[in-house]
Amino acid sequence: MIANQELLDYLIKKHGASILDSAEPFGLLTVHTGRENVLDILSDLYAHDSYRFRFLTDLCAVHYPQNKGAELVIVYHLHSLETNTRLRIKAFLDINDPVIPTASELFATANWMERETYDFFGVIFSGHPNLVRILNEDEMDYFPMRKEYTLEDPNRRDKVDKMFGR
Amino acid sequence: MVKMVEAPDGVEGAGFFATKLDQVVGMARSNSLWPLPFATSCCGIEFMATMCSHYDISRFGSERPSFSPRQADLLMVMGTISKKMGPILRQTYEQMAEPRWVLSVGACACSGGIFDTYSVLQGIDRVIPVDVYVPGCPPRPEQIIEGLMKIQELARNESQRRRNTPEYQALLESYNIQ
Amino acid sequence: MKELNTIFADHNPKLPVLNDEIYVNGLTTLNLGPTHPATHGVFQNILQMDGEKIVSGVPTIGYIHRAFEKLAEHRPFYQITPITDRLNYCSSPINNMGWHMTVEKLLGVEVPKRGQYLRVIMMELSRIADHLICNGILGVDSGAYTGFLYLFEERENIYEIFEEVCGTRLTTNMGRVGGMERDLTPRAEAKLRKFLDKFPPIMREFERMFNRNRIFMDRTIDVGGITAEKALNYGFTGPNLRAAGVDYDVRVMNPYSSYEDFEFEIPVGTAGDTYDRFIVRNEEIWQSLRIIHQALEKMPAGPIIAQEQHYKLPPKELVYKSMEALIYHFKIIMGEIDAPVGEVYHSVEGGNGELGFYLISDGGRTPYRLHFRRPCFIYYQAYPEMVVGSQLSDAILTLSSLNVIAGELDA
Repeated sequence: MIANQELLDYLIKKHGASILDSAEPFGLLTVHTGRENVLDILSDLYAHDSYRFRFLTDLCAVHYPQNKGAELVIVYHLHSLETNTRLRIKAFLDINDPVIPTASELFATANWMERETYDFFGVIFSGHPNLVRILNEDEMDYFPMRKEYTLEDPNRRDKVDKMFGR
Repeated sequence: MVKMVEAPDGVEGAGFFATKLDQVVGMARSNSLWPLPFATSCCGIEFMATMCSHYDISRFGSERPSFSPRQADLLMVMGTISKKMGPILRQTYEQMAEPRWVLSVGACACSGGIFDTYSVLQGIDRVIPVDVYVPGCPPRPEQIIEGLMKIQELARNESQRRRNTPEYQALLESYNIQ
Repeated sequence: MKELNTIFADHNPKLPVLNDEIYVNGLTTLNLGPTHPATHGVFQNILQMDGEKIVSGVPTIGYIHRAFEKLAEHRPFYQITPITDRLNYCSSPINNMGWHMTVEKLLGVEVPKRGQYLRVIMMELSRIADHLICNGILGVDSGAYTGFLYLFEERENIYEIFEEVCGTRLTTNMGRVGGMERDLTPRAEAKLRKFLDKFPPIMREFERMFNRNRIFMDRTIDVGGITAEKALNYGFTGPNLRAAGVDYDVRVMNPYSSYEDFEFEIPVGTAGDTYDRFIVRNEEIWQSLRIIHQALEKMPAGPIIAQEQHYKLPPKELVYKSMEALIYHFKIIMGEIDAPVGEVYHSVEGGNGELGFYLISDGGRTPYRLHFRRPCFIYYQAYPEMVVGSQLSDAILTLSSLNVIAGELDA
């Protein structure tokens, strides 16, 4: 297992200014970076001989409406199976310009993960072969996981809100 | 001793049995309901348990689950129906030939269940008419069998002309089903 | 229904551009629709076929999208456990325990040893239940209905054990934050031991029916194979990855809940085809039985739940007597407990692979964001690649052997 400090030192040495911030919540090294640098960092870690971060465990997004200018965060969870090390990379996006390069060239698994993120949050992954909705109906015109939308269907008439405690 | 179905009341004699046609047809229909298991989620696994040897739905006549709606009598909707799935459920219902019954198994099919969300249809009676509702999350196989037995009762006592009555036509009209 | 050329664009860009006709260039479009006896769950595959051979396929999912992640943002932590039940509903206890472990990681709660061992027993039982369904249904799809009936009878015994422990058969809502809600009663333990006695002969009979069955082998060997590199690139985990040759098991790599105390092997296949997946699942059932035996033998005495006053219900006698216990009882049941701020990712070995929970808490009573890393969703994208070039009946078997559970696919 690679020590978090060693990995962080390597990332700072190789990518310098791209690593904006880092933390270790619950032992998992988390680095913050900008959207232009994410693909470089991912490819570098993929191609590295001893680190070999070749497994993308998860890709998701989080919406923080109160952080103006960095409302959407794309979170990548990487795993190096040979060295049993995990890493989390976060990239911040402005909600008015939610574009980030796709990771599906590097990891085939990112294809549907990015589609899901687009479906829920409206993040555009440039270069994605087929960025369409995957879980919601095709005709849906909003991005439901964003915080401004309610959980319940806004058009339903059958359930009386008062009786359901809303 | 295998318990056979009771014969309806009638006049019996040497080589003949006279009874009402409605009752004979009702008996035949109710004891040979071929289900279409429209299993979408967890209730579908409980249906699999109902179908297997421990609870055995085939002793009620539902020996042959038909996945083709054209050959099925009973549409058993088991599991959550999302809004994306609604039109498909409707298409399946429309393809079934009369007489057809609908059994809504599970809380999600009856009313949306615990999923009061933007993507879940809050009850299949939004899109198709339902005959019997079986609540539960998931209902035990015994409950599913009781639901089936209630459908059997409906089938046994239904009049031959019911499907042509104006009330029934009005019901189908309200769902926009021709 | 979208234009066919946009649907097929991502999968095989070198395909001729289609217009809206169904029969073009000698290729037929077949809709292996959401409701189909072979798809055990609702997901659709639009296949483009050259006669019986599949040229290309586009999976579409979302027919049972129940918005779990959005729902979880509006529910306190104990009310999310029933939601996690419905992810991979064939093995609910694993999902429940995974969720409880994520919360425990966030809170820093240590589960007592006996609680951990009980959790291991329940998780392994549900893993057996999940694999029984998958292999039984694989038999049904290849025409052998009998094995399915035999195995489901055994699943009823597992259901009885679950009922003794938590009250329900299928969607179990088992366990609490910090351990288990109740200990193994003598009756539950008796049923468990009887299951461990009576199950192996039935499993051996099932294996005798299928493992060296000429017809079954012909139908499943070299069908729907995937190489280890491709599987890793597609994010495969669980029995599907192990059948391809990679021995990645979260229980061994990142042990949780005392799995490091138990001795078990990881069955690994070679070809990654349907037959290997079937055999790997059978072997995993045997290994799970082994783990349950060890857990029962080595079970330590002691408490089953951590004394975490914000998450453990106080004893009923105290609730009736002391005001503080009453207040905590009320707050826990109504979900008025505020969680600490933090973000945590925890994964467990589910029936289908690495089931991950990414929880971000902002200090409120509900999570700020909860994301499920669902193995079915991730490996189902490789399905077209596994069936291109094979016959339709092979595609059906491949789909069954992948064990795609619709609840976990769509969430």
